[in-house]
Amino acid sequence: MGYIAMIGLEMHCEASETNTKVFSSARNAYSVTPNENIRPYDMGFPGVLPVVNKKAVEYAIKTSMVLNCKQPEYMYFERKNYYYPDMPKNYQITQETKPIPVGIYGYVDYECEGEEKRVRVNNIHLEEDAASSDHLYDTTVIDYNRAANPLLELVTEPDFRTGEEAMAFLEHMRTVYQYLGVSECDTKKGHIRCDVNVSIMDESLDPEDPSNWGTKVEMKNVNSFGGVRDCIKYEIKRQTKAKEDGTYDTEVIQETRRWDEETQSTIAMRSKVDAVDYKYFVEPNIPKYKLTKEWLDEIRASIPELAYDRKKRYMNDYGLSEYDSNILVKEKKISDFFEDTVKLGTDPKEACNWVNGMILSYLNYHMITIDDIYMTPDMLRDQLIDDKTISSKQAKDVFNKVLEEKKEPMQVVKDEGMMQITDEGSIEGIVDEVLAENPQAIETYDPENPKALDYFIGQVMKKTRGKANPSIAYKMMKEKLDNLKK
Amino acid sequence: MKYMNKSLSELHKMLKNGEVTSEELIKESLELSHEVQDKYNAFVTILDDAKGTKITDNVLSGIPCGIKDNYSTRGVLSTGSSNTLKDYVPFFDATAYAKLKEAGAVMVNKTVMDEFGMGGTGTTGHTGVVLNPWDPSRMCAGSSAGSACAVAAGVYPYATGSDTGDSIRKPAAYCGIVGYKPTYGMISRYGLFPFASSLDHLGVLTRNVKDAAIVVDNMKGIDKYDMTSWDSSKIHLANSLTGNVKGKKLCYIKEICDIAEYDNPSDELKEHMDNFFKAIDKCKELGMEVEEVSVDRTLLNALASVYVVISCAEATSNMSNLTGIIFGPRGEGKTWDEQTKDYRTKGFSSLIKRRFVIGSYVLQAKNQERYFRNAQRVRRLLVDAWKDLFKKYDAVILPVSSGPAKKLDGDKDILSKETVTLEEHLQVGNFGGFPSITIPDGFINNLPVALNITGNCYDDENVLNIAYALENAMDYKDQLAKEVK
Repeated sequence: MGYIAMIGLEMHCEASETNTKVFSSARNAYSVTPNENIRPYDMGFPGVLPVVNKKAVEYAIKTSMVLNCKQPEYMYFERKNYYYPDMPKNYQITQETKPIPVGIYGYVDYECEGEEKRVRVNNIHLEEDAASSDHLYDTTVIDYNRAANPLLELVTEPDFRTGEEAMAFLEHMRTVYQYLGVSECDTKKGHIRCDVNVSIMDESLDPEDPSNWGTKVEMKNVNSFGGVRDCIKYEIKRQTKAKEDGTYDTEVIQETRRWDEETQSTIAMRSKVDAVDYKYFVEPNIPKYKLTKEWLDEIRASIPELAYDRKKRYMNDYGLSEYDSNILVKEKKISDFFEDTVKLGTDPKEACNWVNGMILSYLNYHMITIDDIYMTPDMLRDQLIDDKTISSKQAKDVFNKVLEEKKEPMQVVKDEGMMQITDEGSIEGIVDEVLAENPQAIETYDPENPKALDYFIGQVMKKTRGKANPSIAYKMMKEKLDNLKK
Repeated sequence: MKYMNKSLSELHKMLKNGEVTSEELIKESLELSHEVQDKYNAFVTILDDAKGTKITDNVLSGIPCGIKDNYSTRGVLSTGSSNTLKDYVPFFDATAYAKLKEAGAVMVNKTVMDEFGMGGTGTTGHTGVVLNPWDPSRMCAGSSAGSACAVAAGVYPYATGSDTGDSIRKPAAYCGIVGYKPTYGMISRYGLFPFASSLDHLGVLTRNVKDAAIVVDNMKGIDKYDMTSWDSSKIHLANSLTGNVKGKKLCYIKEICDIAEYDNPSDELKEHMDNFFKAIDKCKELGMEVEEVSVDRTLLNALASVYVVISCAEATSNMSNLTGIIFGPRGEGKTWDEQTKDYRTKGFSSLIKRRFVIGSYVLQAKNQERYFRNAQRVRRLLVDAWKDLFKKYDAVILPVSSGPAKKLDGDKDILSKETVTLEEHLQVGNFGGFPSITIPDGFINNLPVALNITGNCYDDENVLNIAYALENAMDYKDQLAKEVK
């Protein structure tokens, strides 16, 4: 018997691009120095009050719109009460699904392995992040830099069927957040954290009817996209095996598990019976306020072209392949770099080859971002692509030297003496020299043999230390030899 | 006592004329602080090193004052009268205190309160019971007990307070002085230790209405750190006190004020109501119209429960930050939750713990609809009932409490069914965020009693002017406590 999996995600995305935190005036910035960006609010000192960051609300609404959600008429927040060491106030200001958070009942279209898919969005809400804890050998330390940072929690319906679909969705959402300028979505900085729920059911049953659904198991705080995919695969396997072994009712219970990267397995944490009663109530320190139609219209108008549309444009207008276009739009910053280079007058195909080739492999090799390299669209246009004074092999050398030595490309070309000799008079002089020095070779030269020219060109290159323009030298040498042989 | 029995305006004039210096005022206030501390236990901290300030055109400049101990005061111990914060020294000022400082006010002490403002007796602070300066066998009421005691005893012209149910207005009544809380959000709550955020107000205790107006003029203002604060720059309380109240309309509620509504009224209650109606006569003499109105008794009976449910619910959440981990004395235990539990078990008084249990209970998912949400609905009904009255009347005038200050050895916080509404109606002022002021209106056995005037939101000027006119028509202005023998 076959089974289908019902998979839902709770995707937490830190809106890293606001200047300050969602409820305090401390800087919202990733920092390796602990407790650098804090105000009294972030540590829950007596008498502190939340002040809502308008930009964070704007970002949340923008995302809600892109997710085709319904936006609320009034903005309000709720308190979620529970004790946890990394939450100094011991309540979190968040939004509940009733009556309506910043977005509710939407959908997202995304692509998975070339196929168009749709996932329904239950809701998206804005809340404050907790501090982060570092568990050391015999103690735990807390860093409040992250406390009260804006966090967007997106809750999907259980519409995914495979780990790949869930992962493709996450990748899609990452580009959405990046393109909206809401978040950097850097998993290394903990910007994205996911809770994953998985249940399986008999494939012959109707998945639209919730009474057919199996027992839902939740995995908390999965921090990488690959981890999401792998833990789903693992859970489906575990639950399927339990069905087949007849142990489903005892082994698959409603519980919270965690994904263990090391053993590549999920481990039980707590059963749902111990679920906390969060005692929600409306946050009294934030008066509910009306979202005006003007503001909502303004936000809607500010939504930029997203990855999916960019990709279509690259294919249609620039004639790039789907494969190349996909790579280009995956990271907004890469795509922006490419667009800027094209805007400066570079041929799109050539720009694409450089960005997708040399630049991406350099970034991947060094595990850095495009912000970290000494290369701008200007430089790429000016020296590497359009300038015919250096050969394409030399261009690659220049590229590497620019990045390694942080020099302007023109400077590299000059310093390395890479300038090609393109002046026909100069080349002719050298060609004549070579011919005069090699009477024997001329003797044996066979115009019908395509390889016969190589020796002479080799001599020209030797004399010019490789700087003679090869096509000019080739053309000239062949003409002269052919004349001699007539 | 040479100076501290005087009003703010008098002192300001003397300072300006050079008849006295700020230092001299502070010296006298500090001496009185120690005296009052010995007799009535009104202070958590006395700031013996308080310095005089430059005399400016601001009436408050150079004049000493008391600050309730739930105001964060930078560099000065702020305990909220709780063992959980017995050594807590804030590193930032409450906005309201910062504004007073800016005006040149000089804090000479921090006053005792019921622990975190929860309680109406002035007996639950971690430094012990505050005694009433009119009769030390009686309570000051609370929670702003120390502030009321000190102002009545003439330590300084004013002390700040906070008011979640009646915590400024009832102690003022029991101590024979003026207690005023303005419209919700007129004074920023930033830096005030929260009790129940939707009900918490800041305000002041003084010996006359004008002083209350002057002080609040200096405390109020929109604050970027408090989203519930609003711009009151067009409101000038002290300047609005013309004393002309001709044509103003007041009402009192039959169910609370008519002695026939009580089955076996005590002599004390009868006298209290007599005093009240004498004040009503004064109102009429001043040219105001006063009418009796009726409010649904079922609604009035629900008042006290609504307060308990909402205030306890918000309090249990607000005070979850008190764990002894980041600040406060660290509890014993191997893990953070053991330490937190130990700290909270040892630190809080039993009264507070009881309220936390109630708060948690009414917020639980299975109880929330029945208790918390219903309480919110009834709150709305009560506020609407009062707002209806404000459509026709400038203010509601009512007696405060069922008589003078209660004996300390009696049943403290337990309410009799008969007079519960009489005791608790001031809470409607917190439900609606209404401006509300208590002024003394007479004596029973040489102990002061009071009435309260409450008006519509943002109508503070009108409310204060009515109180000002009535105060001048009676004989209880600027009174200092005289111990009964």
